[in-house]
Amino acid sequence: MGNTVLDVKNLLTQYYTNGGVIKAVDDVSFSIPKGQTVCLVGESGCGKSAVAMSIMGLIDGGSGGIKNGEILFEGKDLLKLKKHELRQLRGNDISMIFQEPMTSLNPVLTIGGQIMEPLMEHELISKKEAKKRALELIELVGIGRAEEIFNSYPHQLSGGMLQRIMIAIALACSPNLLIADEPTTALDVTIQAQILDLLRSLKEQRDMSMLLITHDLGVVAEVADYVIVMYAGKVIEEGPVVELFKNPKHPYTKGLLKAKPVINQRQEELYTIAGQVPNLATLTPSCYFSERCEQCMAICKEQMPKINDLDNGQRVACWLYEEVTTV
Amino acid sequence: MESSAVTLEKNKKLPRSSSLWRQIARRFLQNKMSLIGLAFLIFIILFSFIGPFFSPYVNLGVDPTNINQSPSAQHWLGTDKLGRDVLTRLMLAGRISLLVGLGAMVMSVVIGGVLGIISGFYRGIVDQIIMRIADVLMTLPGLPLLFIMAAILSEWKVPTEYRIYIVMLMLSIVGWPGLARLVRSQILSLSERQFMQATEALGLRDTRKLFKHLLPNIIPLLIVSGTLSVGGAILSESTLSFFGLGVVPPDASWGNMITSANSLLDFQKRPWLWVPPGLAIFLTVISINLLGDGLRDAIDPNMRRR
Ligand SMILES: Nc1ncnc2c1ncn2[C@@H]1O[C@H](COP(=O)(O)OP(=O)(O)OP(=O)(O)O)[C@@H](O)[C@H]1O
Ligand code: SF4
Ligand SMILES: [Mg+2]
Repeated sequence: MGNTVLDVKNLLTQYYTNGGVIKAVDDVSFSIPKGQTVCLVGESGCGKSAVAMSIMGLIDGGSGGIKNGEILFEGKDLLKLKKHELRQLRGNDISMIFQEPMTSLNPVLTIGGQIMEPLMEHELISKKEAKKRALELIELVGIGRAEEIFNSYPHQLSGGMLQRIMIAIALACSPNLLIADEPTTALDVTIQAQILDLLRSLKEQRDMSMLLITHDLGVVAEVADYVIVMYAGKVIEEGPVVELFKNPKHPYTKGLLKAKPVINQRQEELYTIAGQVPNLATLTPSCYFSERCEQCMAICKEQMPKINDLDNGQRVACWLYEEVTTV
Repeated sequence: MESSAVTLEKNKKLPRSSSLWRQIARRFLQNKMSLIGLAFLIFIILFSFIGPFFSPYVNLGVDPTNINQSPSAQHWLGTDKLGRDVLTRLMLAGRISLLVGLGAMVMSVVIGGVLGIISGFYRGIVDQIIMRIADVLMTLPGLPLLFIMAAILSEWKVPTEYRIYIVMLMLSIVGWPGLARLVRSQILSLSERQFMQATEALGLRDTRKLFKHLLPNIIPLLIVSGTLSVGGAILSESTLSFFGLGVVPPDASWGNMITSANSLLDFQKRPWLWVPPGLAIFLTVISINLLGDGLRDAIDPNMRRR
């Protein structure tokens, strides 16, 4: 237990939509060891954000809810905590960075005021002390002119700078776990690389654990220790980053890796996985990927494959690999 | 108040970048009509509050030897049927009408703002209760409601010096529901914004979310609707007072000044009795609306009156 920061067990999160109740996160289990970066990848709509929101307790009761499972953070089940206990953890021991830095900051408050907030809330320090810490944090995330930035408003800064500010806010109380939901998607490519570098080096410095959500396999290759691939609300493959990239097992993961453009290696045509993500409201017991799978078999249409351990630490949910463990 | 302090500090340190409030000021100053409105309001305020100090008739009151005089060098706007100087009474009435309008606005903004914020932020059953009460008050037409309340209150024989507070209170009872609805819908839409989700993720307590994050965002709305509601309040007060249900003599208000010209003879032959207060009401209300519209356009060019 001492080595695991976050342990998610059998998480089931539903959303109520016009088309019916959907399982945005369906029986998902994974854990994040201390000091490691776990990447959650998958196509748009597969439930990555839903996982993050479930951990943070941000699923709005009107539109959905967590129906089953445990989310153990340092041994405590977040789902069983009282409201004020959860509040004391959030922004303090667990922080989150959102996809859109432009909309994640309050437009009418100064940058400095917003960095000071979690400090004053959780560390109960004076305004003066908080300001000093905020200025240090602005320096820490690689922006100069800290005084000037402190007093400016969000609309005066660029997207890249705002995302640095978001990182400063998230790190203000030195969390043990940082959840970053597509932190670079809204930024242009050169800035993306800088932000990733920043996140990676801060993570190293502070011995933090990180859950990084992305659909960019380039990002995964750069920062991940461990990769979890999601499809239609389920984990279909996971493993240490080197093994998974070298030797992907699930046809979907193989497709994803083939679809990734490789620099200096021009392919005739970019590979794409044919077909679309299934409608989550009308799923039947089957392999959810079967519609698009080139190796689909009869059983795939009738029964859902379970996730199984392979010898090298990888786990995969696909009928192709069932006999490896059963026979 | 919080945000203006921030602005001042900021203007010192970042002189080149234009702050939100500066942009607002610049946009406001470009709007001719609202500047005219503001100028007239400043004039009418000085006229009502400073003017009486220059009038020789303030303490004179009733003068039976000097009734119904037409305008002259001594009495620029003539005298009324009790021999009082109309110009002086117009100033004194202005004090009361403006105070009642302002007081009613402050009360509506406080009641409507607080209830609207509570409704939008906590939702659920509290929201239901507050909004149903607001609905009921809004479906009842305003003036008849005021008349009924005023008639009931007249029965209670409230001393005349407290009368104006009662009028303020009545006007704010009619005024808060609209404001509460506006504030509530603004809070609801702000709550959907990602920065409010971010405050939740930061583990901020409700008071911080309410006062630091939501309130500054609705201040423009409060300023604009508050300003516009002053005009409505002055108009309603005048109507009530005209019918003898609002501010009652010997206190003067523009509304009850017009009442004293209620005979056909006064109407036809003595226009100095009713034209000045009528014009004062008309121009003041128009000016307030011009100012309010100008503020709205300056603060948020996208915010249009619904
Ligand atoms: N508030 C909501 N109400 C109803 N359905 C929702 C809501 N939020 C998400 N969903 C649905 O839940 C599923 C998972 O959404 P989620 O946002 O977790 O996907 P994602 O993997 O983060 O995708 P993206 O890469 O586009 O961010 C989607 O089918 C989505 O339509
Ligand atoms: S279970 Fe069958 S359909 Fe699903 S990925 Fe494996 S082979 Fe393809
Ligand atoms: Mg997402």
